Amino acid sequence: MCETCGCGDPEIVPIEVQERILSDNDAQAVHNRKHFEGLSLLAINLMGSPGAGKTAVLEATAKAVGSRIKLGAVSGDLATERDADRLNASGIVSATITTGSACHLDARLVHHALHEFPSNDRDVFFIENVGNLVCPAIYDLGQAANVVALSVTEGEDKPLKYPVMFQNADLVLLTKIDLIPHLDFDVAAVEDALARVMPDAKMLHVSAKTGEGIDQWVSWLEERRPEKTAGSGEHHHHHEHSHEHH
Amino acid sequence: MHEYSIVASLIDRVQREADAYEGARVHKLHVKIGELAGVELDLLKTAFDTFRERTICDGAELLIQTVAPIWACPSCSRTVERGAILRCETCSRPARMTQGDEIILERIEMEAPNV
Repeated sequence: MCETCGCGDPEIVPIEVQERILSDNDAQAVHNRKHFEGLSLLAINLMGSPGAGKTAVLEATAKAVGSRIKLGAVSGDLATERDADRLNASGIVSATITTGSACHLDARLVHHALHEFPSNDRDVFFIENVGNLVCPAIYDLGQAANVVALSVTEGEDKPLKYPVMFQNADLVLLTKIDLIPHLDFDVAAVEDALARVMPDAKMLHVSAKTGEGIDQWVSWLEERRPEKTAGSGEHHHHHEHSHEHH
Repeated sequence: MHEYSIVASLIDRVQREADAYEGARVHKLHVKIGELAGVELDLLKTAFDTFRERTICDGAELLIQTVAPIWACPSCSRTVERGAILRCETCSRPARMTQGDEIILERIEMEAPNV
């Protein structure tokens, strides 16, 4: 009953919330992040269009590091386990997350995959996201860094067309550079486009086919590896992804 | 496409708030969506209209406030225009986005008969 005039009309109650709508995903991502940190694991969210060469880059990475760095991966795909099969064949301990019709991975799916993951002794853990330049950018998975694969066959203006993906990237891998002689691809144009959507734009040129640039990519990963701690103690390499410049 | 998952999370959140008020009916939802949040507003509205049925948000109005992106130099606070190279011309430091990627539930207007 309304207390002002005694009528039976219900009152409209305004409830301030001021919270992120994806706060449940955020909380799960924090949990994942602690899991990665507890295992001294560098977790990388690898994104890009379908066909940008994400799986190929991971295969080339495995080839380059051999047994020196232990790699693990979960591969998100709408259907099939083909990506995970390729990765397992290359020496990366991998599992599949079949998303069905979901166009992106979220922290809950990654958490579930982590629980089922067959190994706890990896050094670097790749979360190979669903091939998509739109949706994955929005969901924190608990990763230490976002890496976006952009192939030279995709066009120089891709960053301008998909600013949200690139603004959240820590590194862009320009893939399939071995094809440049066959294309009218303007590297300066893509660098310019990137500089307009990604503050402190960083891009490495790679070819999974020839291996060119893969060593610099591996160095980039090694620079970010957390210190190995004995057991699951705290460590101080907290690579929080916001809009901070690192 | 992920607008559907955002709406699902939104409705869940509203339901949690409404649980505290017996017989509550939701009238309006005020959300803030940044232009660079990666959310397509038309898709969000369609998803809401579809998924609110038979939930606590059935019949509720979704009001969306958009936020234009702003980047600023972390040193001197000068703003960098959208479309420009995202580096401060004076300090050479990379600009930081200060707003424009929000996906926030700001307020719920609820009818609560027993208040």
